[in-house]
Amino acid sequence: MRRHLLSALMAGVLASTFLAPAARADGPAQYVPLPTYRVGAYASSGTLWWAGERDYFRYINEVEGGINGVKLDVEEFETEWSPDRTVEVYERVKNGKNGEPVAFFFTHGTPASYALIEKAATDQIPLIDPAGGRTESTDGTVFPYAFPLLFNYFSQASVGINYIAQKEGGLDKLKGKKIVTVYHDSAYGRETQAAVELLAKKYGFENIQVPVADPGNEQSPQWRQVREVKPDWVFLRTWGVSTPVAIKTAQRFGIPADHIIGDVWAGSEADVIPAGTAAKGYQALAPYPGGANFEIHDRLRKTILDTGKSDLKDPKFFGAVYYNIGLINAVLAVEALRTGQAHFGKRALNGEEGRWGFEHLTIDDARLKQIGFEGLLQPIKLSTTDHEGGGAARIQQWDGAKWVLVTDWIQADRETLRPLIEAKAAAYAKEHNIVPRNATAEN
Amino acid sequence: MPRRARAGLAIPLLLLLAFVGVPLVGTEYWIGAILLPFLVLSLAGLGLNLLTGYAGQTSIGSGGFMAVGAFATFGFVVHGGVPLPLALLLAGLAAAGAGLVFGLPSDRIKGFYLMVSSLAAQFFFEWLFQKFPWFYNYGSSGTIALPRIAVFGLDVGSTLGRYYLTLTIVAGLTWFAANLMRSQTGRSFMAVRDMDTAAAVIGIPVYRAKLLAFAVSSFYLGIAGALWAFAYLGSASVQSFGISRSFQILFIIIIGGMGSIAGNFIGAAFISLLPLAIDHVAQALFAGHVDAGLLQNIEKAVFGVLIIWFLIKEPDGLARLFQTIGARLANWLRP
Repeated sequence: MRRHLLSALMAGVLASTFLAPAARADGPAQYVPLPTYRVGAYASSGTLWWAGERDYFRYINEVEGGINGVKLDVEEFETEWSPDRTVEVYERVKNGKNGEPVAFFFTHGTPASYALIEKAATDQIPLIDPAGGRTESTDGTVFPYAFPLLFNYFSQASVGINYIAQKEGGLDKLKGKKIVTVYHDSAYGRETQAAVELLAKKYGFENIQVPVADPGNEQSPQWRQVREVKPDWVFLRTWGVSTPVAIKTAQRFGIPADHIIGDVWAGSEADVIPAGTAAKGYQALAPYPGGANFEIHDRLRKTILDTGKSDLKDPKFFGAVYYNIGLINAVLAVEALRTGQAHFGKRALNGEEGRWGFEHLTIDDARLKQIGFEGLLQPIKLSTTDHEGGGAARIQQWDGAKWVLVTDWIQADRETLRPLIEAKAAAYAKEHNIVPRNATAEN
Repeated sequence: MPRRARAGLAIPLLLLLAFVGVPLVGTEYWIGAILLPFLVLSLAGLGLNLLTGYAGQTSIGSGGFMAVGAFATFGFVVHGGVPLPLALLLAGLAAAGAGLVFGLPSDRIKGFYLMVSSLAAQFFFEWLFQKFPWFYNYGSSGTIALPRIAVFGLDVGSTLGRYYLTLTIVAGLTWFAANLMRSQTGRSFMAVRDMDTAAAVIGIPVYRAKLLAFAVSSFYLGIAGALWAFAYLGSASVQSFGISRSFQILFIIIIGGMGSIAGNFIGAAFISLLPLAIDHVAQALFAGHVDAGLLQNIEKAVFGVLIIWFLIKEPDGLARLFQTIGARLANWLRP
């Protein structure tokens, strides 16, 4: 037995060393490494996420024949959501595979984005972290290779406040209102504090911050504190197990679910189903709306799901929030590569060309209709100075069985928040002796 | 005598290989993503081994002391403007001080109970470095990163530079530890480990020896933490030094061998390199044919089985196993 095990291992090592890949006649494919977590505490959300990404990449490869004929070579690496292991994976893949270049690297987690930000700038590989990442890297003149794409943390705070204003009947009605932010006491939870503080000053509402220590499976003291304040609205910025616990505890303390607004990472099925009936009426920011009735879902159902090629083990999760996160991340990458190819030629791109592609990525309403993402993805336009490009979300409400979209896209107040981002980016540039790029000269 | 001579030749050869051979043949990935973390984990293992393997005091607070080292280095550089090598040394001393404080209970508590009390260090430092923004210079997300890594004006920010920095420190500290354990201090550690009552009877100041062990061990762990954050990862937050890190280091010394200097390196190699090797093999053989999630879980299972197999084969750790094999080989080669 022992000998068999050893010889199997040996054979594997030999095979991995000597088996040269078959050369392709039509130029190298685009290498797409994915650091994933199918093992560990976050596997339940991760598994759906990777299914969405892989299904869309598969759709591009098998139905559309690649991006302008360039196939995507997708490979997964387990990280268990540990930034340390993501760094190892990044080092392993950054030079491509068998001549297939890497054009971008999905970090799949804010801590990993932070850990890699300097390495990636040196290696010239764009780090893509939609609805996450380091907020100040929105300023691409200081952070050429980091993209907190689509919806950075400041925008998340701003859309939450704007939606509350909409419910109250206008931004001027916010004056004197009490808005409590209950947040996961971690890097992720604290990222919005500066933004909410600024908005509180601008609109005159009372800003009360209540931290929940990780993992947050007992929150009575926090919600007792919230009840004492008698808040008008609660912005819930928890994550993982702390979300359903928060929703349930809030109900116990008599805070109505329809006055609690969850943020992006507190707004999936996994966050509300465990909370049972307490979650009915709970709302959440949805840059990634849930639902399986968008045009792209029809296409995928026909070509991927019904032909048994889907990565999903249980088709019931088709259209779940995390699955749609995967779809949207994948389409953003595909469209950026397409943009890059239009400029550099129809071939696999390297990191620097990938950055160009992302910085010139524009998806307008017409294009959204063509690719089947109308209503699921917001129109997006990036530039050298703006690595976010979107900054809007819809609001979805849990009706006890499924998420229902209750608004159209609500835009964040990006102009107000921009100076804050620039100040933070400038501080970073000073600390690291970076001379910001000239935004207009490079194009 | 012949044993001594062999060892005398092996170590310079290893050092020559590490300092000259590796940079000649190693790729950036090998040096930056495999050897660097391996060296840092070896150093952390060494730190814990001084405490647990030599002085017999159990601890699962290693992650906390590593965090002290990392955050103190950052603090000395950013708030104090201290140059890096000195900041590293001061951070090590800060960690040693922290270790001393959390070693105080060892006067009254022993064995598993001490291990539980060392958990306090782990959770306290995780809380401390998250709660007070001063420690991470008021950044928005509690992550620390050094602007640039320079030693005596020399920029060592490249992969090779960071490798040399780490290697030099690890080699120096290993040499120091090996000598310390052969000195009177080391002897008194081992006496305390083997039977503290007897040690007290023959006149060893038991409590002082224990405290010293905590301090020295934490010094090593602190340096390892700083290297992990700045030489390997480039940036870190408390999540890099969580409880799972403490367990990882404990496993390194259990698998490598308690009370052995070489064991830390062997254990660190086992813990950090084997999962990667399994992953490489699995990717090469099965990627695309087997479901990705299943494959990841199988890899974990294989790793677990290998740990069990090695521990059954040699409960005293891999260092002992290698020693036995070496002795057998020598016997067999003898004419």
